[in-house]
Amino acid sequence: MTAITDNSIPVTPRAMRDEMIVFAIMAVLLAIVPLTGIYPFFVMQALCFALVACAFNLLIGYGGLLSFGHAMFLGTAGYVSAHALKVWGLSPELGILAGIAAAAALGVVTGFVSIRRQGIYFSMITLALSQLLYFIYLQTPFTHGEDGIQGIPQGHLFGIFDLSKSTTLYYVVLAGFLAGFLLIYRTINSPFGEVLKAIRENEPRAISLGYKTDQYKLLAYILSGTLAGFAGSLKVFVAQNASLTDVHWSMSGEIVLMTLVGGLGTVFGPVVGAFVIIAMQQYLAGFGQWVTVIQGVIFVACVLTFRRGLIGEIAHYFRISL
Amino acid sequence: MQALYAQLLVGLINGSFYALLSLGLAVIFGMLNIINFAHGALYMMGAFCAYFLLNVAGIGYWPALIIAPIAVGIFGMILERTMLQWLSGLDHLYGLLLTFGIALIVQGVFQNYFGSSGLPYAIPDELKGGMNLGFMFLPIYRGWVVVFSLAVCLATWYLIERTRLGAYLRAATENPTLVRAFGINVPRMITLTYGLGVGLAALAGVLSAPINQVRPLMGADLIIVVFAVVVIGGMGSIMGSIITGFALGVIEGLTKYFYPEASNTVVFVLMVLVLLIKPTGLTGRAA
Repeated sequence: MTAITDNSIPVTPRAMRDEMIVFAIMAVLLAIVPLTGIYPFFVMQALCFALVACAFNLLIGYGGLLSFGHAMFLGTAGYVSAHALKVWGLSPELGILAGIAAAAALGVVTGFVSIRRQGIYFSMITLALSQLLYFIYLQTPFTHGEDGIQGIPQGHLFGIFDLSKSTTLYYVVLAGFLAGFLLIYRTINSPFGEVLKAIRENEPRAISLGYKTDQYKLLAYILSGTLAGFAGSLKVFVAQNASLTDVHWSMSGEIVLMTLVGGLGTVFGPVVGAFVIIAMQQYLAGFGQWVTVIQGVIFVACVLTFRRGLIGEIAHYFRISL
Repeated sequence: MQALYAQLLVGLINGSFYALLSLGLAVIFGMLNIINFAHGALYMMGAFCAYFLLNVAGIGYWPALIIAPIAVGIFGMILERTMLQWLSGLDHLYGLLLTFGIALIVQGVFQNYFGSSGLPYAIPDELKGGMNLGFMFLPIYRGWVVVFSLAVCLATWYLIERTRLGAYLRAATENPTLVRAFGINVPRMITLTYGLGVGLAALAGVLSAPINQVRPLMGADLIIVVFAVVVIGGMGSIMGSIITGFALGVIEGLTKYFYPEASNTVVFVLMVLVLLIKPTGLTGRAA
């Protein structure tokens, strides 16, 4: 059985050097965005989704587990952060921490259940679990049902940075994204990441070598969910609301799509994919439901002809690691 | 008690749809190794097909019960020939992603032209009205749906488990290369199997049209529940899918009566419990 991703990344000094160069270019480009006059809201939103997609990619690209319910982490952390900020009146840093803690707890609980099955069943289970949460959030009072939590105060991060100023908020979101990205990058290249890749390639063999593969997969799942939750908490400050759309299955589908477009199992693919999909939604907003159709067409086209994704194709063409 | 029986009947009807859909998913998974995410969208197409037949061509319910599954089944076979067949040999997950994309396209197109509201489809004259069973009032159409679905499920079981064609099918599921060596056209069988699974979904769509109205997103949420049903039942056995489908429908109906708040989550909660106790599913073999 061929693995889900055609992108294999050798860990060599040269590959790591290439990746660090690209990372530096990406960080500089993102840092100068406020000077260019590009609408910062768009970039902030894309950065949040890029982090979710990177977290999702950690699971599929390196663990071989396709989660079709990653929106549950995005939405749960968003709801908890929004509630903490608005109702409990917590400071931004504590609000973010509350969201992360909620996502981590959700990761432990759902991971314990879903990791019991593999492959296609894992995808169906995560989808069903996220639908379960969707119905719970639809009914519990604290989420305010269809309206969502609105008008969330942004406050001052650490009492210093005024998050209602869009430039300050932009750099805070950027810092959060880069920190999350580096954490994922470090994980992929750690001994833990190597074991994950081994499990993806051949799980029975990894078991025979003495690795408790379930524990590795569970840990990867929790880490992925927690980071997706972190992105969800950051998104609350950008959008200033938390709503049911963030928990819906179509959101999980979009996260999958972003990663697929950028390249499953590539380091930078999910980031590029997130920007492409968010930009597409922005420009095609006037077309109504046709956006869904176009997304479907992209799914089909990617799977049939373009399985490496944008970054995967570039990396393959130039024989470099991205 | 009247309300309890009424909810039980609703449960049985939902159970019929779960059974017909999970049966199709299991048959397709056996041959194609693909979880057909487009199943909900194809179920919706079945309902729309009946709606068009009635309102455009003036063809009523009874012919639609045959024409719609065949038409949607042919559409499915075209999908299989043009797209799904290229995925053989790749990871199962690509099939899930591809069919998810197909579902988005189909549902998006229908939503564009018909919005999200429901279109009415009248109950055929022969099945209008109801019967007083003494302990409850039974709307005839609802009783018909349950009996007819059960008959179709059992016929499918018979076809696969007890006929020569079914034996070829089961053999090709186990070892396609060997079956091919015996001179059986396995690719054609795969196409027909996909058509059969899709046809069952479309049939469920036609049956549900008079009850649930015809909506572009009628299959979108249903397919997720059916996935949970499949996880609970496992895809190893045809009869297992049928029994699990009906049983979960009944449990859902009972929940609607005793604790309505949990009625749309109970199947998912049961899935979690089954995974904790018996991870391979009730009838499934280890994957």
